[in-house]
Amino acid sequence: MTGYLRPATLADAVAAHAAHPDWMVLAGGTDLMVNANHRSAPPGIVDLCGCAELRGIVRDADTIRIAAGTTWLDIIGHEWVVAQVPILAAAAGEIGALQIQARGTIGGNIVTSSPVGDSLPVLLALDATLELASPRGRRDVPYRSFTTGYRTTVLAADELIAAITIPVPAAGTRLAWRKVGTRAAQSISKVMAAAAIHVEHGLISWARFGLGAVAERPIRAAAAEAAATGRPPDADTGRAVAVALADEIRPITDVRSAADYRLEVAQSLLMRFVINAGKLP
Amino acid sequence: MTAAPIRFDVNGVAHSVEVSPWKRLLDVLRDDLRLTGTKEGCGEGECGACTVLLDGVPVNSCLVAAGQCDGRTVTTVEGLARRGGDGETMLHAVQRELVERGGAQCGICTPGIAVCAAHLCDRGALAGAADPRARVRELLAGNICRCTGYQLIVDAVIAAAAAAVPALPPTDDAGERTP
Repeated sequence: MTGYLRPATLADAVAAHAAHPDWMVLAGGTDLMVNANHRSAPPGIVDLCGCAELRGIVRDADTIRIAAGTTWLDIIGHEWVVAQVPILAAAAGEIGALQIQARGTIGGNIVTSSPVGDSLPVLLALDATLELASPRGRRDVPYRSFTTGYRTTVLAADELIAAITIPVPAAGTRLAWRKVGTRAAQSISKVMAAAAIHVEHGLISWARFGLGAVAERPIRAAAAEAAATGRPPDADTGRAVAVALADEIRPITDVRSAADYRLEVAQSLLMRFVINAGKLP
Repeated sequence: MTAAPIRFDVNGVAHSVEVSPWKRLLDVLRDDLRLTGTKEGCGEGECGACTVLLDGVPVNSCLVAAGQCDGRTVTTVEGLARRGGDGETMLHAVQRELVERGGAQCGICTPGIAVCAAHLCDRGALAGAADPRARVRELLAGNICRCTGYQLIVDAVIAAAAAAVPALPPTDDAGERTP
């Protein structure tokens, strides 16, 4: 019979996970429960849904901290998220539909680490940091160095994601997000792009581009970012970004989209983000 | 920790079931509690046919593990109607409008739509919407109908949201309305 534990605190959750390393760590179940009736039961379940510490959003002057078990529904309508990092609220609002948003968690999206995880390009553009917890203590890992390959991460076997910390964007930062899929709801993306572009004295002082569904994992487009830096946010810079991007990503053709389509859409999105960054006050 | 019965409230009735905590809520409802109003469509959280309310929030019951339901409250399509003072069944306004307007075809998606739409109407989710039809379509995007064109479903939800009128009396077994 499958075991079941519902720890009430993060410390208990960490202990339960450490005591039962082969048990499934389950939160909203929107990935792990898919076709559950056709799969063999795990030896046990560590259910994180009873852990109040893993739910909620707090902030200080410089950061917004989202506990890992916070649902998309909680994120979509949260006033600080909407005010400070609206692209995260926008991405959350495009995940699945109401039923999925009510159950799915931001930590689940991160630990599942699908190349098409909807929030992941946004977390890259926002330069989020993950707070990981284990019996050995806590450690912070920048999200940009969390993923290592196709659905692989640096998360140790005894670690849980406790929270996601997002720096409040500096004044002059333009944020952008776009998901391209077959339909608006319930569709797995063909291409996703997120951007944070900082404009100062008419020039892009830095840019962070996060992309999804164009590689084996969500990626930062470093060459495209470099192509934008120090230049005005205009069409010429947009074209330079697109050229740089073509050299650094190699999307694949699969059941959802084609390689050349994905590249062209990713290029168009970044170009548009750069141009729009110049139009905003 | 293992084999402990799962105790939860379904449509106002306390239940205790001895099932694997891995069993899907959908299967517990249909197989153990014989509440077969909740339908399975895709089993992947895509179609919304199996929508129920878990602690008052719409979820896909195919994606909820039975263990996660212990101590919680579930509302299925069977729990939407109310008993009137005279013992008559009072359909929820959404159910009544779906019936009246023919907002159903094969019926597999209908219970999930009724549950989700009833939740939205009860919470006033359409109040103040600049474009109520667009709002309904957005909020019901997780409930897919493969028979028809959604128009009559949207009509029914709009009408239900607007209506604070008493429910129609139930039909008898022959489908005739009792006076």
